[in-house]
Amino acid sequence: MNKIIEKFQLSESVYQLKVEAPLIATERKPGQFILLLLSENGERIPLTISDADPLEGHITLIFQAVGKTTHLLANMNEGDFIANLVGPLGTPTHIENFGSVVCVGGGIGAAPLYPIVQGLKNAGNKISVILGARNKELLILENKMKASSDELIVCTDDGSYGRKCLVTEPLKELCEQNNKPDLVVAIGPPIMMKFCSETTRPFNVSTVVSLNTIMIDGTGMCGGCRVTVGNKTKFVCVDGPEFDGHLVDFDNMMIRLRAYKKREDSDHHQCHINLKIEDKD
Amino acid sequence: MTYIPPEILQHDAKILIEKLKSKQNSLTPKDRISIPPQEMPTQDPNKRNKNMNEVALGFFVEQAKLEAMRCIQCKNAPCVDGCPVRIDIPGFIKAIAQEDFKKAIEIIKNNSLLASVCGRVCPQETQCQETCTVGKSLKDVNKAVSIGRLERYVADWERTQKNIADPIVKPNTGKKVAIVGCGPAGITVAADVRREGHAVTIFEAFHKTGGVLVYGIPEFRLPKKIVQEEVDFLKKMGVEIKTNFIVGRTRKLTDLIQKDGFDAIFIGSGAGLPRFMNIEGENLVGVFSANEYLTRSNLMKAYDKENAHTPIFDSKIVAVLGGGNVAMDAARTALRIGAQEVHLIYRRTEVEMPARVEEVVHAKEEGVIFHILQNAKQIIGDENGHVKAIECLKYELGEPDASGRRRPVEISGSEFNIAVDTVIVAIGNDSNPLIKQTTPSLETNRWGNIIVDENCKSSIDGIYAGGDIVLGAATVILAMGQGRIAARSINEYLQD
Repeated sequence: MNKIIEKFQLSESVYQLKVEAPLIATERKPGQFILLLLSENGERIPLTISDADPLEGHITLIFQAVGKTTHLLANMNEGDFIANLVGPLGTPTHIENFGSVVCVGGGIGAAPLYPIVQGLKNAGNKISVILGARNKELLILENKMKASSDELIVCTDDGSYGRKCLVTEPLKELCEQNNKPDLVVAIGPPIMMKFCSETTRPFNVSTVVSLNTIMIDGTGMCGGCRVTVGNKTKFVCVDGPEFDGHLVDFDNMMIRLRAYKKREDSDHHQCHINLKIEDKD
Repeated sequence: MTYIPPEILQHDAKILIEKLKSKQNSLTPKDRISIPPQEMPTQDPNKRNKNMNEVALGFFVEQAKLEAMRCIQCKNAPCVDGCPVRIDIPGFIKAIAQEDFKKAIEIIKNNSLLASVCGRVCPQETQCQETCTVGKSLKDVNKAVSIGRLERYVADWERTQKNIADPIVKPNTGKKVAIVGCGPAGITVAADVRREGHAVTIFEAFHKTGGVLVYGIPEFRLPKKIVQEEVDFLKKMGVEIKTNFIVGRTRKLTDLIQKDGFDAIFIGSGAGLPRFMNIEGENLVGVFSANEYLTRSNLMKAYDKENAHTPIFDSKIVAVLGGGNVAMDAARTALRIGAQEVHLIYRRTEVEMPARVEEVVHAKEEGVIFHILQNAKQIIGDENGHVKAIECLKYELGEPDASGRRRPVEISGSEFNIAVDTVIVAIGNDSNPLIKQTTPSLETNRWGNIIVDENCKSSIDGIYAGGDIVLGAATVILAMGQGRIAARSINEYLQD
């Protein structure tokens, strides 16, 4: 049982929770995630840890209400308890002084990116952050990213804020400079990570991506999270979640993410009906 | 084997008992051996393959008595040598023949805490029953005394009794023991160590206790209520259980000793990484490890499509690869979830199948289609990346290999396709990597299994291990056997 001690709505469908989890707050490192399960009949879902305070004993989770469990979580309030929360899981980000690093966060991907930006910054790297979102309303963590980086580039698909472009455009420009980046970290929707990897490939810039696949146990037991990396099967929960973006088979990963689409669509529809009913109360 | 309805089994047993009544105390070994082996009453195959309820219903009292009377009480008791936890088998069977069920279960409990589990899932035909003198004289291991079914009978009998004696625990010693994993090995160690008066905390990674008994073995083979009762018994003894706690990640193994004051640790973290065939098409949508498929159904209750939030793949035609108990569990689960056809593909013959004979018989009765001497060559996908067929190859048996079993040799040019939408791979597991990854000082072998000595002690003082994390994919009873050894070592270690 983990108590929700603070809840914020960051945008129309994006929420931030501070949750009591003293041991996880102490042990977690950038790049790691937790799994949670809200009830006996619930589903175990992975969520990245976007921040933690070991002294206060809490962790911060940022998530978008997209599926059944995230909708239920969005309906919970301060003081409520999350029935089951386990972590930290996954191999932490490899942090060292690479030199200059470009960190790309797309949409909700800014949440897992934030602790990595902090970690890389503390290790002495020069950090450029590219934050992308569909529109201004969906942009998150802008101020925090600004405070932790040397340069921040914001872009939106519709041009409602920052540059009107996809994140790959400024990424390409940075790669074309004389002193191209030593490392790129890209976290966001699979399609964004795929195209970021394609953008950096001709420049030979190492590119790390963080994959968010379907998981059940998260401890290397079920294999549901497996992806093809460099023609080898890897388990996201224990071998990842971070991999070399130039080796990941994103097309296969995207197909696997949709394995239960039919069921999810009907659940999603149901969630929205429930949300609307509750809105009226 | 043809299906015999339970009421007929009971009827026949009643008549025979009546017949034997007059000479019950003067039965010769020959009389005993001539009593027919009692068949386990089961649900009708055509009904049970559509429900999750337990398949085997347990002996009727008359059957239990008759089966117990088949035991000739031989002096050398080879059955005991075949039992990893050395239960006094002739002793408890004699008590059943005398209708003293209380005494029977007490005898079993001297050596095994999980009688109702082991009576259901132990591979008796390769353990206690393999060496049974009755089976030997009838020249058929399947006609040995059904020790497992008798064990189950008295364990179930005890569960229906109101006044089960509270466990006896010695006064507190002030010593603390941590147990990693609440599966069969961990449960056994917890009971044996707690009994000596040491404080015991079990750390379980999942939200539920029971380990493989809960996530792996299906409800229709081992009702989860039984597992829960065994865990409740531990709680009654004062064992503390922390779920959602991953030793190695939530807290480092060494921190448990250095910072949290535990005096000894037992690691029973179980199986890990499912093995795949390494063939083309294994990451298509519709290919699952048996671990994933069974975890969805068992632990997450995905078979209850109305209520569970965890989805399970809507399969029509399923191929299961493998010939072990897990393969049978996956095949039978797929039928129950609604698959129209389930094909089990195994590259050797039925004789070499590692699954228990009973599971093979049950799977066939329920309609699983067996393809022996065949193996998958590749999985074929459609334009959307979903499974549409499996290409197989036919095999024949050649010379014996290192395991003593005749090696399957592929017949070239024998490729053929089966149209399927789901493939479940059930060919075993590698070790769980988490503790190894986070505890560099712990010695492991090249497969990642923890190396222990004959007392189940690891390379680090005070740290012991047992079960699948040591043995690789093994059985519930072997995990319990190692648990007993480890518990004895821990109790000795804490005495010093």
